[in-house]
Amino acid sequence: MKVLVAVKRVIDYNVKVRVKPDESDVDLANVKMAMNPFCEIAVEEAVRLKEQGVASEIVVVSIGPAKAEEQIRQALALGADRGLLVTTEDDQSLTSLQVAKTLQAVMAEEKPDLVILGKQAIDSDNNQTGQMLAALTGLPQGTFASRVTVEDGKVAVTREIDGGLQTIRLSLPAVVTTDLRLNEPRFAKLPDIMKAKRKPMDKKSLADLGISMDSGVTIVKVTPPAERKGGGKVASVEELVDKLKNEAKVI
Amino acid sequence: MSILLIAEHHQGELSEGTAHAVTAARAMGGDIHVLVAGENMDAVAQAAACLKGVQQVRVADHAVYGHALAEPMADLVVKLAADYEHIVALATTGGKNFMPRVAALLDVDQISDIMEVHAADEFSRPIYAGNAIARVKVSTPKKVITVRGTGFDATGEQSACDIATVDYVSDLALSEFVGEELAQSDRPELTAARVVISGGRGMGNGENFKLLEGIADKLNAAIGASRAAVDAGFVPNDMQVGQTGKVVAPDLYIAVGISGQIQHLAGMKDSKVIVAINKDDEAPIFQVADYGLVGDLFELVPELDKAL
Repeated sequence: MKVLVAVKRVIDYNVKVRVKPDESDVDLANVKMAMNPFCEIAVEEAVRLKEQGVASEIVVVSIGPAKAEEQIRQALALGADRGLLVTTEDDQSLTSLQVAKTLQAVMAEEKPDLVILGKQAIDSDNNQTGQMLAALTGLPQGTFASRVTVEDGKVAVTREIDGGLQTIRLSLPAVVTTDLRLNEPRFAKLPDIMKAKRKPMDKKSLADLGISMDSGVTIVKVTPPAERKGGGKVASVEELVDKLKNEAKVI
Repeated sequence: MSILLIAEHHQGELSEGTAHAVTAARAMGGDIHVLVAGENMDAVAQAAACLKGVQQVRVADHAVYGHALAEPMADLVVKLAADYEHIVALATTGGKNFMPRVAALLDVDQISDIMEVHAADEFSRPIYAGNAIARVKVSTPKKVITVRGTGFDATGEQSACDIATVDYVSDLALSEFVGEELAQSDRPELTAARVVISGGRGMGNGENFKLLEGIADKLNAAIGASRAAVDAGFVPNDMQVGQTGKVVAPDLYIAVGISGQIQHLAGMKDSKVIVAINKDDEAPIFQVADYGLVGDLFELVPELDKAL
């Protein structure tokens, strides 16, 4: 079966972001970018499905600036077969619904049996795109997956829920979003990185797919969170208990 | 203008978080109707009807909603959406699962995890793991919103409002429930506890989490964990506090053997008082801790247990 994986180029997860002085957004100039960690897990899962003989082809798609080609090449180096980059204008950021509509248009052409996405991007922290894509395409969804098993034309997904784990079974095609514990992504080896350069990569623009850019959501401002300052150290357990009782009055 | 708030419940009881979400809904203004969907919902509906500010409870009691699968839940909410401008749920794994599906079916973007309501159409929410706060304005006719429970106080109580039945039974056969493994605990729920004590990689193994139990018992605290402790297999994932786990804001948060990475801080830095116990005097957790104690947790934790 054919698996479509969506990946996003985001700020590297180790970078501490800074808000622009004009409060319009966070400052992404000259900041290290990388593949969103949840998307790496999605790529890894697709590659494992291929290694198990379940998936026959893995198509990886990203929607973003021209530089998002780097993240697609990375996915190709990890084992995806071909890439599709839907380019946005520089500095143009899409809402989850716009991304889901774009992916819907990609799905209409690619007709995958399974779509795997990360559960959330670590920049917008929305946790919406996979669910929205499932809704738009009328497909079932398995979100926050920590185990994915394809059998008999269905996919069983074990999901991380607040009280523990829940297992559901979805008819295919289906949309799955990955949680952190689904797998541990591998590293790309140098020969694979070289090979990935020769793998096919298509490019399209949002206009080619006819995606509307009206969202109805505008950012008024972006500010740093209220700063929290450490209160210093205490020398002993007695001092700690005393301060919690008499100074902080929390016990 | 009115608000449809989807109640959250767990094992036949209304979740504490719903009372927090009602407070957020009250700040938006307008009549608040609470939707209770599930199986055998009498007690949950009764509890929801007693939340101060709720005008009506609408109950969809049917096996099809029993495990809150996203497809029937979203179908139900969309069915009822015509009467409401705001559709609100908690940003728990439940709300995060079905609400974006609702939003897409209504052709609007969702505003996720709001922590402040400025106006009926203006909200603040954390982005970049809580390292920035975005204030957004929504002009769409329907506003689909998930609420960070810890960002709002719980609403009070009232004498029960009217409870009405919703007869709609969703018949989407896209997914089926297979089974679940729920963690059993007598302690307070992590996101609602007044005191939380969490262990990290420094705990060494799962067995050592027992060291935290004495303190948790004395302070009536919930026990949490960092992602490192969960990934190492020390404790189950539903104990994880952080950007990718649960967000807590207790009066007192005690971090034991936790270094304090960005991802963990995103889940607990709104706690009123933070205590860190760590042997690494340079650990980033000390930059946010009100009280830091440097030393071996295997000596300090039993000592703290004894001192309480």
